[in-house]
Amino acid sequence: MTDPSHPSILEARGITKSFGGFCVVNDVSLSLSASEILGVIGPNGAGKSTLFNLLAGALPIDSGSIRLAGTDLTRARPEARIQLGLGRTFQIPRPFPRMTVLENVMTAAQNQRGESLFSALATASLVARQERANAVRARDILDFVSLSHLEDQPAAVLSGGQRKLLELARVLMAEPRVILLDEPAAGVNPALLDLIIDRIVAINKLGIAVLLIEHNMEMIGRLCPRVMVMAAGKVLAEGTPAEVTKRADVIDVYLEGMPA
Amino acid sequence: MNPQAIIDGLIAGSTIGLGAIGLTLTYSILRFANFTHGDFLAWGAYLTLTVAGVLGGLAAGLGAPVYPFSFGWGLPLAVLGGVALTVALTLGLDRILFRKLRARGADTIIIVMASFGASMALRSLLEFIFTAKPVYFTNALQIAKPLGLGMRATPDQLMVIGLTALMVLGLHLLVTHSATGRAMRAVSENPGLAGVYGVDVAKVVRVTWIIGAGMACIAGVMAGLLVQIRPYMGFDLLLPLFAAAILGGIGSIPGAMLGGLIIGLSEAFAVQIIGAEWRAAISFVILVIVLMLRPQGLFGRKEA
Repeated sequence: MTDPSHPSILEARGITKSFGGFCVVNDVSLSLSASEILGVIGPNGAGKSTLFNLLAGALPIDSGSIRLAGTDLTRARPEARIQLGLGRTFQIPRPFPRMTVLENVMTAAQNQRGESLFSALATASLVARQERANAVRARDILDFVSLSHLEDQPAAVLSGGQRKLLELARVLMAEPRVILLDEPAAGVNPALLDLIIDRIVAINKLGIAVLLIEHNMEMIGRLCPRVMVMAAGKVLAEGTPAEVTKRADVIDVYLEGMPA
Repeated sequence: MNPQAIIDGLIAGSTIGLGAIGLTLTYSILRFANFTHGDFLAWGAYLTLTVAGVLGGLAAGLGAPVYPFSFGWGLPLAVLGGVALTVALTLGLDRILFRKLRARGADTIIIVMASFGASMALRSLLEFIFTAKPVYFTNALQIAKPLGLGMRATPDQLMVIGLTALMVLGLHLLVTHSATGRAMRAVSENPGLAGVYGVDVAKVVRVTWIIGAGMACIAGVMAGLLVQIRPYMGFDLLLPLFAAAILGGIGSIPGAMLGGLIIGLSEAFAVQIIGAEWRAAISFVILVIVLMLRPQGLFGRKEA
């Protein structure tokens, strides 16, 4: 539960989503404070990624509400959500493969005046200044995720782990207040894993709240003071990683998925 | 073989290239083959002619030819008006037709067929308003000046080639070096993903129509200036436009321009070598060869 000295930045109440009569996310509520990294764990098919898609606006919710820093986002479009500061990454990284790494990051800058043809022509010097400032910031972010040396390469050449870092860089460019991280460690080699963990801690220290889906329990243990366990679309348990992994019902849902 | 074919080919290729750029942009961002694009050229020419007529009525001096060209100041002014009206026409068509289909999640084939229908309607409307009789921007005669190596060109023709080169360069820089272009490329790669990162996809679609319509209008005026204005001029250019866009690689602006020049030159040489009656077949032959040997075109990339 949220500490009263840290007011919640992301607040979801009673989120529910069904596909063809099958309830994938069932009455899930969560509250995330600005300084927090909250882990979301659970067996495959528990509804974690669907929950992310609902929070990010990729899917409409059936019922419930989503608020970001007091603003109701329940029906907002994905582009409006990221503008207000709710960013996400994808489990399977989705770069713009033919654009360079730097362009991939710059695409995520918000309120780009230069994206409008009219202001690009009418206020060219202002647009050029904003464009330069965005490029400087994008390079800083690439430096932060150790991708600077690849900035002019098309994103298609990046390795799986580097694509994960690019996802992180791109969402940071949008200046989010909350980041939804969908399995940032999946399929990443151990050396890169340490870098990713380290960067997530650094991002959180900047005051950006993180909601983290992850199967890697070592990563959860190192990053999340608090985790939420989902099973069959519902919140099964909440607490510290050590607490929840000891609970019999949590162990049961994980074992159910295992071959006997 | 007469080297004049090079000049003739470059001139025809300029018009085809400018038209193909609009087509390739619409294809890569809105993801459908827009059969109305040829008619945007014809409408651009007629709308510009109408504006020129109005301007000429307001100030007779505007029509007097400015040496060495065959047209007066009224024409460049009228082009500005023509571009604005052509843009309005395409945005209007998008609003009443294509946007509705997109919102409904219509299949690409439905949108293509709708564009085919809209093309026929636009063409018939031109014939209804202006009749099928060809019209001209100017009746002034121009003498082609020798350029050396046995080639000749009129000042109008040289201006068309120069203006085309400038516009293509400008547009290429816009797409590769500006936030507008970056957003366009992001949408062309993945519209859903671009939206997730805050790109206003509806705005990018509008920008695409504006650029495509502007280029189409200017290409139509060029074709009208060099030959004549007819309601079917756009329809007749449709096959060369598609051949150029596909030859260059869908989505590539330099590719569309180069494709246009190759089609224009091939047509001009074919007229000399195998006869003028085969001109229209050239685009078709090139299109078939490209689709069989290199379907991604010269600058296109295979789907990732």
